Amino acid sequence: MAAAAPVTQNEFGWTPDQPLIRLVDVHKSFGSLQVLRGVSLDVRKGEVICIIGPSGSGKSTLIRCINALVPIDSGTIRVEGQEVNDPDLDKLALRRKVGMVFQQYNLFPHRTALQNVMMAPINVLKQNRKEVEVRARALMAKVRLQGKEDAYPGQLSGGQQQRVAIARSLAMRPDVMLFDEVTAALDPETVKEVLVTIRELAEEGMTCILVTHEMGFAREVADHVYFTDKGLIVEHGPPAEFFANPKDERTKAFLGQVL
Amino acid sequence: MTSHMSSLSAVNPAPANPMPVLLPFQLGARQRRFPTWRATLLHGCGIVGLGLVIAGTAHAQSGPGQLSAIGVIIKWFPLLMSGFLFNVLISLLSMALGTVAGLGLGLGAISHNTLLRQVAWGITQFFRNAPWLVLLFFAMFMIPFQFTIFGTTIPFPDWVKAVIGFALPVMANMSEIVRGAVKSLPSGQWEAAESLAFSRRQTMWMIILPQCVKRMIPPWMNLYTLVAMATVQASIVGVTEMLTLIAQVHAAEGGRPDLLAPLYGFAMLCFFIYCYPIELWTRRLERRFHLHQ
Repeated sequence: MAAAAPVTQNEFGWTPDQPLIRLVDVHKSFGSLQVLRGVSLDVRKGEVICIIGPSGSGKSTLIRCINALVPIDSGTIRVEGQEVNDPDLDKLALRRKVGMVFQQYNLFPHRTALQNVMMAPINVLKQNRKEVEVRARALMAKVRLQGKEDAYPGQLSGGQQQRVAIARSLAMRPDVMLFDEVTAALDPETVKEVLVTIRELAEEGMTCILVTHEMGFAREVADHVYFTDKGLIVEHGPPAEFFANPKDERTKAFLGQVL
Repeated sequence: MTSHMSSLSAVNPAPANPMPVLLPFQLGARQRRFPTWRATLLHGCGIVGLGLVIAGTAHAQSGPGQLSAIGVIIKWFPLLMSGFLFNVLISLLSMALGTVAGLGLGLGAISHNTLLRQVAWGITQFFRNAPWLVLLFFAMFMIPFQFTIFGTTIPFPDWVKAVIGFALPVMANMSEIVRGAVKSLPSGQWEAAESLAFSRRQTMWMIILPQCVKRMIPPWMNLYTLVAMATVQASIVGVTEMLTLIAQVHAAEGGRPDLLAPLYGFAMLCFFIYCYPIELWTRRLERRFHLHQ
């Protein structure tokens, strides 16, 4: 190896050789329902993580905690060193680092596809409109939606809307992307076009955390697969090993049902 | 085989739609566009008919040498119309004032600040559950007839107080319309905006409210017709609007009992002609927004 690159610290004392995201013993309850019961995981820069598991196992809550959409009860979540579980959290700083795509797309229906992509950089990051537009058009092309810039969300198919949602999130230039069951509401034919887009992102080195039911995709694209059940991470490992020889009985039972 | 088939179809030709019951139910274009010419014509006939009945009754009752009811209405038409326009003016101003105040109150009612939310909720409920006439009296007698600020005296004539009196219930109802529309949007819109780092204020003004406008317009227009019709109550507290003028015209014509029905019928007609198209338009918008939801 050549001489180590100069290590630069960010404002939180984080250096790129440390995990980009670190969760330690995260607990979360909704009323008397314990959704997360001590979850710990690390995500390194450029890694693609897939979280799988039965419904109600806390997968969605887990990734919603990472960008503070859901406040946690105890534990620590650090994103590039920034503590998320902090009452004085600078949400703007956190959310420009973490992009999120939802199951139901959640595009803004009163704005065109291109406007959806441009809104946040212009109004939140106060970037120059012209530059944002150039970038937004490039992003629309990247998700293969040239020519749909002026369409309203209601005029697009589910798969197209989801790709606009991905472009919208990328326009903020996040360091990590969270995907919350993004193909679960799509027709089988359009699932593929969205997965292709995510795979391309992953190949470009984007750090991605996906909650998914697409086992084939997890096996091919993920660097690491986590299996959650009843608010705990039961088993995790590289996909080849994870899918070939699951150790835990619950993992075996789940994979037996879905594969 | 072919000949057999053709002979069969000749005997029993296949209908254009083999099983029309299975086709999706679709409204024809004619049914969907609500105020068709036919409907408008029907309403027009109704109005003319009502007018004829009133005039006929009045004519039968008017004695010899007296001006007929129609004659009386024509004679006083400019005055009565000026009264009606005053009603319209009061309703428009109350609506404008009440809408702005109600928007603020409605936003307060969904605020994250507990104190603000409770105060706004209290005001909304208080004014929503009070009779409009009581609120009108309240405004009339609570507001002084003039204000003196820095030596300048601003007069508050009765009609301005009436505007405020009607704006109070408008405000409270508008507040509920705003709150209801905001609550009716899917929570995913808030989540998406939040994850894109929009502040709550930005989310409200750039993402939530623009989508709510469409949902708020029909109930808002409905509220307007209620205000327009309520403005005649101002006559009770001494504002010289249409109903006051009708009473004066009636007195000026010698208080003939046969003029009562036609004169008040005329007032009804004016309000009907003004409010009914708004009502129709509201229904059309509701239908359109419903279809495009």
